[in-house]
Amino acid sequence: MTEPTPKIRIRGLKKAFGPKVVLDGVDLDVMGGTSFVVIGGSGTGKSVLLRCILGLITPDAGSIEIDGVDVTTLTPRQREPYMARIGMLFQNGALFDSLSVWENVTFGLTAAARMGHGPRLTRAQSRARAGELLEQVGMDPAVGALSPAELSGGMQKRVGLARAIAARPEILFFDEPTTGLDPIMGAVIDGLIADCVRKLGSTAIAITHDMASAQRIGDRVGMLYEGRLIWQGLPSTLFDSGNPVVDQFTHGRREGPIKVDVGK
Amino acid sequence: MRFRFDVGGLPRYGRDRLGRACRVAGPLSLCAGGMVNGILDFVAGLGRAVLDMVRMAGKVALFGAVALSHVVRPPFYWRTLWGSLVEIGYFSLPVVALTALFSGGVIALQSYTGFAQYHAQNAIAGIVILAVTRELGPVLAGLMVAGRVGAAMSAEIGTMRVTDQIDALTTLSTNPMKYLVTPRLVAGTLALPFLVLIADILGVLGGFTVCVMKLDFSASAYIAATIASLKVMDVTVGLVKAAIFGFLITLMGCYHGYHSRGGAEGVGAATTAAVVAASILLLTFDYLLTDVFFSQ
Repeated sequence: MTEPTPKIRIRGLKKAFGPKVVLDGVDLDVMGGTSFVVIGGSGTGKSVLLRCILGLITPDAGSIEIDGVDVTTLTPRQREPYMARIGMLFQNGALFDSLSVWENVTFGLTAAARMGHGPRLTRAQSRARAGELLEQVGMDPAVGALSPAELSGGMQKRVGLARAIAARPEILFFDEPTTGLDPIMGAVIDGLIADCVRKLGSTAIAITHDMASAQRIGDRVGMLYEGRLIWQGLPSTLFDSGNPVVDQFTHGRREGPIKVDVGK
Repeated sequence: MRFRFDVGGLPRYGRDRLGRACRVAGPLSLCAGGMVNGILDFVAGLGRAVLDMVRMAGKVALFGAVALSHVVRPPFYWRTLWGSLVEIGYFSLPVVALTALFSGGVIALQSYTGFAQYHAQNAIAGIVILAVTRELGPVLAGLMVAGRVGAAMSAEIGTMRVTDQIDALTTLSTNPMKYLVTPRLVAGTLALPFLVLIADILGVLGGFTVCVMKLDFSASAYIAATIASLKVMDVTVGLVKAAIFGFLITLMGCYHGYHSRGGAEGVGAATTAAVVAASILLLTFDYLLTDVFFSQ
């Protein structure tokens, strides 16, 4: 019996910025319909990993396969169909200041229609669809008329989530979804993410250094350290991994194999 | 044993004192070797600066070429284009109009103080229209737009860069060059000739107002002299210059904003660089275009 092909397969991924090696041979398989959470300290390359998969950064070496196709070898035009299947929630929401909330939410739908990847919607239809999506993330559709600058951090994250799921993507990425939020709002966002991923049946990769968030979102968790995924396991084993690096990180101990440069 | 003296960064009195010390302390050849090394370092630094400049020019040219290639490739972002046209063409009108009005008046006044000595006041209307249509209209409107629009454009795109909005565009199946840069370049190229046409009219009006209201010229004679001196070629070349300046200003604004890094400080640096580069390029191209069109 053949093993199922992972939705996302990464092999030997390397990326350096000048002399600083950020990714040093990352290997990762994420099966379809599952959520994988990457944890790791600040500056360990979590965001770089995500940006390499999205094609925002070109890796130095290695392969990134989506449904068995190595997307690192594709031209920007050839990547377009893959990008249309991906949704992304950025760390700070990355909402477009010049557009209203509802225009932000349906931006991907409009763009996909322009590229011929979806039906064209009138402005009224787009606005109605934005209202539905805002309701899905627990917001009043009337918020659609506001500008992103009028929203709190938590509301911006929710609008960002509504924008990410608008095109019902097969793959979802979350870049530190709870950073900067209070614990209650963090739990709300995590719950919404878990709900959206389950309802859409999407494959998800989230990066975070919030252990509670990792346990709420992930089906599996992996730790990125010194450019490699040094440990992978179930969220339930996160605090009892048996790996000294992971244990130090998850328990927030000062002493251990991870040496923190405090700039002395 | 080889001694190396890098005197490139020293002020002149420092180099003199070092030279005197060399003469007193050691053989002359030692000092001469140090000076040669210093000169070589200076030349190497100059070479690096020139190479950096050429590299930068290449990057800007490539950036502009990629943006222009999207002009003929759908999808087109008409709303962004219209917004940029309004921002550049309409909201820059007051500042360009006032600048042109007063500059026309100043030209008339300055010409009068000089020409009156030779009883050549009749030439003032011709001088005003020549100066305004050929140079003052395009250059002053360009500089005003560079300060107002170039800076705003660079700050807006720079902020989008450092807050991940440009990356978000890519993840939403939208080419950032096509969505952000191309409409702004087209708008700049189209809007500046319109502004310059207004500036030409108001510059002449400024000269007319000063000459008639302050210097007691005959209004009908001034208008007749202006019409007699008006050349279609002058106005046309002014508008061509304006289109090129509009392209350069928006190109600099977009390029520096698009490549800004490092948060608010990076955006500020990009904004300054955009305005400075646009102003220098504008004056350089003004000379080159004048040389092409008017030097016989």
